[in-house]
Amino acid sequence: MMAAQSAPAIVVDKLGKRFGTFSALDAVSFDVRRGEIMGFLGPNGAGKSTLIRVLCGLLRPSSGRAVVSGIDITQDPEAVRKRIGYMSQKFSLYSDLSVVENLRFFGGIYGVCPGAINERIRFAVDMAGLQGRETSLVSTLAGGWKQRLALGCAILHKPDVLFLDEPTSGVDPSSRRRFWTLIHELSAGGVSVLVSTHYMDEAEYCMRIAMMAAGRLVALGTPRELRQQSIGGELLELECANIGAAMDLVAKIPGVHDVAVFGDALHLLVDDGAETARAACALLAEHGLPGASARQIAPSMEDMFVHLVRTARAQGAAAGT
Amino acid sequence: MKIRRIVAIGRKETLQVLRDPRSLTIALLLPLMQMFMLGYGVNLDVKHIPLCVLDQEGNQRSQDLLKRFAASRYFDLYKVAASIAEVRHEIDGGACRIAIVVPAGFSRKLVDQGAATVQLLVDGTDSNTATIAAAYAGSVVAAYSGEVQLQAIQRRGGQIQTLTPVAVQARVWFNEDLESSYFIIPGVVALVMAIVGAQLTSLTIAREWERGTMELMVSTPVTPMELMLGKLSPYFVLGLVDAGICLALAVGWFEVPFHGTLPTLFFTTSLFLSVVLCIGYYVSVSIRSQVGASQVALILTMLPTTLLSGFSFPIDQMPALVQDITYLVSARYYVTILKAIFLKGATVSELAVPIFSLTAYAIVLVVLAARAFRKTLD
Ligand SMILES: Nc1ncnc2c1ncn2[C@@H]1O[C@H](COP(=O)(O)OP(=O)(O)OP(=O)(O)O)[C@@H](O)[C@H]1O
Ligand SMILES: [Mg+2]
Repeated sequence: MMAAQSAPAIVVDKLGKRFGTFSALDAVSFDVRRGEIMGFLGPNGAGKSTLIRVLCGLLRPSSGRAVVSGIDITQDPEAVRKRIGYMSQKFSLYSDLSVVENLRFFGGIYGVCPGAINERIRFAVDMAGLQGRETSLVSTLAGGWKQRLALGCAILHKPDVLFLDEPTSGVDPSSRRRFWTLIHELSAGGVSVLVSTHYMDEAEYCMRIAMMAAGRLVALGTPRELRQQSIGGELLELECANIGAAMDLVAKIPGVHDVAVFGDALHLLVDDGAETARAACALLAEHGLPGASARQIAPSMEDMFVHLVRTARAQGAAAGT
Repeated sequence: MKIRRIVAIGRKETLQVLRDPRSLTIALLLPLMQMFMLGYGVNLDVKHIPLCVLDQEGNQRSQDLLKRFAASRYFDLYKVAASIAEVRHEIDGGACRIAIVVPAGFSRKLVDQGAATVQLLVDGTDSNTATIAAAYAGSVVAAYSGEVQLQAIQRRGGQIQTLTPVAVQARVWFNEDLESSYFIIPGVVALVMAIVGAQLTSLTIAREWERGTMELMVSTPVTPMELMLGKLSPYFVLGLVDAGICLALAVGWFEVPFHGTLPTLFFTTSLFLSVVLCIGYYVSVSIRSQVGASQVALILTMLPTTLLSGFSFPIDQMPALVQDITYLVSARYYVTILKAIFLKGATVSELAVPIFSLTAYAIVLVVLAARAFRKTLD
C-alpha cells in the first residue's frame, strides 16, 4: 500500500457547481494529503458547504473532476460514501434517540459488522467524552456534546476522509478547543480532514488553509504562508473616537485602498503607511475628531482574509458587468 | 442489499414511532374512528324495526311470508293485528314503524300472475328509516316471490320452457338491499386500511427532510431499497394491528359473517398493506413537506378507493372507460378479496386472479417507490 500512502486523499480539479445560472463553485482545484487537516475559510455564501456536499456525493458537480480516497466521485459515489464521514452544517442526528441508539444506527447503516460494533461504539463514546451519557436522549445534550457525538457517528466505520462543515459553530470556546484536539488525534491516526469554519482563530489549528469567496478559491497555504503573503500594501491600525464617521472620511484619502472595521479600530490598506498615518490624523482633527492615533501593523490572518474577499468581490463584479 | 442496514433503519424507525405517543395513538385510534364514521356513514342498515302484521288471507302461504319478516334481523314482530283499524292504531301510536297487510287472494295471484301485492304501511316521521324499512320489506317480499315462482316452475316440470329459471333465480339472489351491510363493511375496511396505511408512511421521509436528518442519511452508503424496506417494516407491523382492529370491528361490531380462514385474510391483507404503505412512501419521497405529503396521500388513497373500488358504486354499472380505470385502483382487488373471504369463505386459489393482480401491483410499487428516492440534494 505504498502508493496509497503517498496518493492524496482528495484531488479536486477545476470543480464547478451551478444552481441554475448561479455559479456556487467556480473551477476550484486543490488536493489534500493523507492525514492532513485542511481548513476552508470564507464568508457566508462563499461555497464551502456546496464544495463539501459535492465531495460527499450529495450534489452532482456541474464541471470538473474530484477524486476522494482514490475514487472518482461521479463514477462511483457509493464507494466514496463507504470511505467518508460527514458532519453537516446543520445538526442532523436524531434528537429523539439516545446517544448509543444514534451510534448503533449509524454503525448499522455504515455497515460496521456486528462483531465490531460494540467496540466501535465504546471507542466513539470515549473519544467524544460521552461516558455516563450513553442513554441520554440527544435532545437533552448541550451543543458541544452534540457536536462531539456527531463526530463520533461519523468515524464509526473508520473513514479515510472526514468532511466537517462548520462543526464548531455555536459552541463555547472550551468545547471548540476540545473538538479540535479530537480532530488532531484523528489526523494523527491517518484520517484526512476537510473542515470549514468561519472562526479565524480556528484557522491556526489547520495544517493548510483554503480561503474561498464567491465560489472561488482565493488563497491556499499554511497559516504562516498566508500571513506572510502580500496583501497589496501596508496596513495601518487607526484608533479614534467615532469609527463610523472616520471610516467615510479616511476612505477618501488618496492612497487608501481599503478600510475595514476590526473591533473598535479601523484597518487601512495603504500604499505608504507613515504618510497616510499623518494625513489621516490631520483629516480627522480637521473634521472634529481629534486624538486619533494611527500605527503600522503586521497583517493578521483576518486582514488577509478581508483583503482576499474584497479583491474577489471586486473581480466578480468586474467580470459580471 | 445488506440486511444489517435494513435492520438498523427499521430499529431506529421503531424507536422513533414508540417515542412519539401522540402519533402512535393517532395511528391506532384513526382506524377505529374511521371504521365507525364510515361504517355508519355508508351503512344505512336499520335493524330491529318494530313490525305489525295483518294477515287477511290466513293460509299457509301468507303465514310463510309473514314468518320471513319475523325471522329477518331487520324486523321484530311486535303485534299481530286483527283489523286495519288495529294496524292504524299501532302505527299512529308509534309502537310500530311498519305494518304489512297481506290481502286476501294473495297466493292465488302470486302463482297465477307471478306478481302479487302486499300492502306496506310505514311511519314516515323518520323518512330515512321509513325508506330503508320499505326497501327491506320489499326485498323480503321479492325474495319470497322469487322462491314461489321457482317452486311453481319446478312443479310444472319442463312444460314452460320460455320462462328462464335463471332470471327467476337472479331475483332471489340479487337482494342487495337486504344484505347491504354485509357488502359494504368489507369495502369500508379496505377504505380505512388504504387511508391509514398511506398516512402511516406519508410522513416518514418528509419528516427527515424537514428535520435535516436526511442530509446525513444520504451521505451514507445506504441504498434506496434498504432505506425503504427498513422504513416500512415498523409501519407494516402497525398497519397489521390497524387491520386487526378494522376486521375485528367488522365481525364483532358490524356483525358481518366471516366464512373465510384467518391465514387467507392475513396473506391478502399483508399484500394490500404493502401496496398502500408504498403509496404513502412514494408520496413522502416526492413531497418533502410533512403536511403536503399527508394531504396528497389522503387524496390519493381516499378518492379512488371511494369512487372506483366498487365499494360504494358497483363497478359493472360504470361506463366502460371508467371500468377500465378501476383496474388501476388497488383497493378494487382488495374489496373483491375481502367480500369473497368474508361472505363466501373464498380460498387463496379461488382468489388467484385478484391476488395475482395485487401482487403485481405491490411489486411495481415497491420498485417505483424505492427508485423515487434519489440520493442527492439537487
Ligand atoms: N440548492 C441550492 N440552490 C440554489 N442555490 C444554492 C443552493 N445551495 C446553495 N446555494 C447558493 O450557493 C451559494 C453558496 O452556498 P454555500 O451554502 O455553499 O455557502 P457557505 O460558504 O457554506 O456559506 P455559510 O457560511 O453561510 O454556510 C449561496 O449563495 C447559496 O445561496
Ligand atoms: Mg455552509
